[in-house]
Amino acid sequence: MSEAVLLSYEKSVPGRYSEVIPRLDSPSWQLPQKWRRQKPPALPELSEIDVDRHYTELAHRAYGVNCGFYPLGSCTMKYNPAINEAAAALPGFVGAHPLAPAHAVQGCRAVMEELSADLCQITGMDAFNLQPAAGAHGELLGMLCVKAYHESRGDSGRVRMLVPDSAHGTNPASAAMAGFTVVNVPSRADGCVDLDALEALMGNDVAGMMMTNPNTLGLFEKDICKISRMVHASGGLMYYDGANLNAILGEARPGDMGFDVTHVNLHKTFSTPHGGGGPGSGPVGVKQLLAPFLPVVTSAGETGKLQMKAFHGNFGILVRALTYLRALGGDHLRAVSEHAVLNANYLMKRLKEVGFTPAKDVACMHEFVLTLEEIHDRYGVSALDVAKALIDYGIHPPTMYFPMIVHEALMFEPTETETRETLDHVADILARVMEDLKANPEAMHTAPHTAVIGRPYEVKAARTPVLRWKPET
Amino acid sequence: MMNLKNDRLYAESHEWVLFENDTTATIGLTDFAQSELGDLVFVNLPQIGDTLTAGETFADVESVKAVSDVYSPVSGTVVAVNEALLDAPQKINEDAFSAWFVKVENITARGKLMNAAEYQAFAEK
Amino acid sequence: MSQYVPHTEAETRAMLAELGLQSTDALFSDVPDSVRLHAPVAIAPGMSQMETVQAMQKLAEQNTSYRLTLRGAGCYDHFIPPLVKLITSKEEFVTAYTPYQAEMSQGILQSIFEYQTMICELTGMDVSNAGVYDGATAAAESAVMCRERKRSVTLVSACAHPDTIAVMRTYCYGTGDELRIIPEKNGRTDAEAFRAMLGDDVAGVYIQQPNFYGMLEDVDVLFADAKAAGVKCILGANPMTLAVLPSGAEVGADIMCGDVQPFGLPMAFGGPSAGYMATTAAMQRKLPGRIVGQTTDAQGRRAFVLTLQAREQHIRREKASSNICSNEAHCALTASVYATYLGRHGLQAVADQCLSKAHAFAEQLCAIPGVSLRHEGAFFHEFVTNLPVAAEKVQAALEAEGVLSGLPLAGGMLWCVTEKAGDAQLAHVAELVKEACAK
Repeated sequence: MSEAVLLSYEKSVPGRYSEVIPRLDSPSWQLPQKWRRQKPPALPELSEIDVDRHYTELAHRAYGVNCGFYPLGSCTMKYNPAINEAAAALPGFVGAHPLAPAHAVQGCRAVMEELSADLCQITGMDAFNLQPAAGAHGELLGMLCVKAYHESRGDSGRVRMLVPDSAHGTNPASAAMAGFTVVNVPSRADGCVDLDALEALMGNDVAGMMMTNPNTLGLFEKDICKISRMVHASGGLMYYDGANLNAILGEARPGDMGFDVTHVNLHKTFSTPHGGGGPGSGPVGVKQLLAPFLPVVTSAGETGKLQMKAFHGNFGILVRALTYLRALGGDHLRAVSEHAVLNANYLMKRLKEVGFTPAKDVACMHEFVLTLEEIHDRYGVSALDVAKALIDYGIHPPTMYFPMIVHEALMFEPTETETRETLDHVADILARVMEDLKANPEAMHTAPHTAVIGRPYEVKAARTPVLRWKPET
Repeated sequence: MMNLKNDRLYAESHEWVLFENDTTATIGLTDFAQSELGDLVFVNLPQIGDTLTAGETFADVESVKAVSDVYSPVSGTVVAVNEALLDAPQKINEDAFSAWFVKVENITARGKLMNAAEYQAFAEK
Repeated sequence: MSQYVPHTEAETRAMLAELGLQSTDALFSDVPDSVRLHAPVAIAPGMSQMETVQAMQKLAEQNTSYRLTLRGAGCYDHFIPPLVKLITSKEEFVTAYTPYQAEMSQGILQSIFEYQTMICELTGMDVSNAGVYDGATAAAESAVMCRERKRSVTLVSACAHPDTIAVMRTYCYGTGDELRIIPEKNGRTDAEAFRAMLGDDVAGVYIQQPNFYGMLEDVDVLFADAKAAGVKCILGANPMTLAVLPSGAEVGADIMCGDVQPFGLPMAFGGPSAGYMATTAAMQRKLPGRIVGQTTDAQGRRAFVLTLQAREQHIRREKASSNICSNEAHCALTASVYATYLGRHGLQAVADQCLSKAHAFAEQLCAIPGVSLRHEGAFFHEFVTNLPVAAEKVQAALEAEGVLSGLPLAGGMLWCVTEKAGDAQLAHVAELVKEACAK
């Protein structure tokens, strides 16, 4: 059983201090009394070696792409290249003030222009905005552009946004934040959008439709051109959620499928790192008809213009993405999607051989979904149990219980940067898990057994939230 | 044998409604509902003075991984809210029939309601 | 083959063969031919890593490198200790995913719990979330938190950062809620005008402290007026200043928010960064974004976990109050490492230095004929001076000596001084300004 790691606050010893910057013996300027804080913040007092070791302990209790397989579906946990980090750390970029005069930041502007141009080519769009800080943030901008477009044409009755029932939760949430009423579009038995149901939803109150292609089951929506024609004929616009772009990079472009606006996830398709939960970046591309509604590059507080965050966007992330594209090049984009799809199909086949059941027994694209419904019915072992068991074998679990239209779902996206040996090794692990769950289903309910903690009591965490450390009084 | 009470009526969406008289009632979730939902961690309740409409949502309950809407069996005005549930949503799991959500007055309409036996038959399908 | 794709041609062929396929082309048979690309995407061809690094270096060198930065306006040049960079470069921190699998992410979750504690200590509030995109979006999200059925209008001071106002306006455009600007008077929020705006349709008010002009606002008075009118109070604050300025709790804030960039994050042309949001226990469930909580496991071990998730988009979908997914985790981690390393005394030292140097520099500038403080009253480490010549002239004169001047602002300049400025440097800059101002 492992030792608990103390919090930095618990390691604090009054008086411990590193002179990082000079202390003023007597501050030469004092704030007037009314602006002086009564109770100073109780932050830790630690020596440098304590700080260094503390975060080393925490890093040992984290799992990065450098540690092993990370097959989270729709997250595209591909390898994060080291040269991306080196480029982002270049002094010329790091030291640039966002409000420096234009002539002093030509390098930054060049990065943003080149990346925008590249993204236009990759997605088949006419203009890109790099401001959104994340995919969901890009979705919001896209939704606001659609809203502004319809309003500019006096078409403000278009209040409904169509969203497939298989969509990621951010899609309906973003549409709602933009003031739209979300209408769910059901899927067919084969997992794709139900065209008949979609047709029934058409009308002149439809602002547009949000889709990802391939969809969240990892299946390419073959009827996409039919769908976009239908929505356009109704006067709506098509929004592409770029989360699954890795499947078609260099092979196909949303702009050619009838999409009018898209966001891409630099932290997925474009190899910028996930950081434990961000920062990412969600640039938005549009066809010319929506270009007038994009935020302007300079932050001048122009009234009437959309602005998604302060300044220009997550510039450090933009640098990483451009570095990736420079290294990869237009001639090798295709290799990314080809091997992403190859790896996914290969792994799916191996897992089928081991006894697991794909949700849809057809060739997939860059990701696939298993359903453990039968295993659950026969052995009482759930998708959650299997996911937790993988932790004991040293690999990160796949995505659980998504998309919601599949029962006991596990979604795997290996990405193109995994080797065949890794995939074979993962298949061997799943084979052993299959044996375990048949031989000893009870033990599966309390997995993992070898991690630093067992399953945490989440109900307790939600009913009686403890959201900060407090000193014992 | 499902845990039910005969003193109240039931909606297909698994709420119970206990009438004091024709125009006053309290509303809660059935025991069947709470066992399906699992451990509840939070309840979002309306405010006193809110108008409820039969068949529309007026509250929701959260478990760790899901949110479920609670639908009103009647149309009327909220006159009391069970604040104890905000601090201890587990009361719903422990004793669903005592864990009333709201008290409603000026009831003008009812949704489709069943008695205990009818509800049992419906839920067991 | 291709960068980062490890498969050899032989491996690719073998894997295809196992799938019964002849070529990688067959993997895309579901993609309609009308949509398939038949030529490579028109972006520059790939390069070796060495060439790539050199190319990016060339781009970076197109930026002017300044020896000293005297510009703030929401993005600050503070000393970043090398230990902070070293710690935050650990690959486990850089490349990990969101800690949904608690058992393998205790390190990440604990770091967020420590970050939340830090924000609570700095702000004096009860609860903090794990972070949002930046200070401007934090303000917009805070405004949403204040809204209730009969109150949906948000007031924002004209003295807030223009980007904050623009983002709040954008988010209001989405939800259809109204944003009203409280006028500025002599560089601070016009208290009288503010009182007249406190109607019973107003949900919340946002005041920035110090404000965009560096001035210190009478926040306690403004918030007392707001509270009397049933309006919620949002205080936007640079966390560096919270080492010495009153906490939100001390002035009656319901919500505090701001940007953590001053804590160990480089300027980097404005991003990435993280916004913090903290509030009272009464409002904690209205917080958007991720939150980490403490609990135990079956063996009684302390365990950290993402909690209160039923607020979030992946569960509530269109009923979520915010679509936010990311918590800018790595930026929040950086801020937390910085504050942990500097500790309570180190943060105090930074704030003291900024205050002292800014005031000394202001005095030196105001000794120049034609240069004066534009606004009367107390300021922190930023201030606006009037200038007797065009601001661009002063900017150019300083740039010639490798100094980024204050921000040109309506005929004057918004200056910022941090602990990085040396006393001799500042004296020299004052000389340069004097020369530039001499007609």
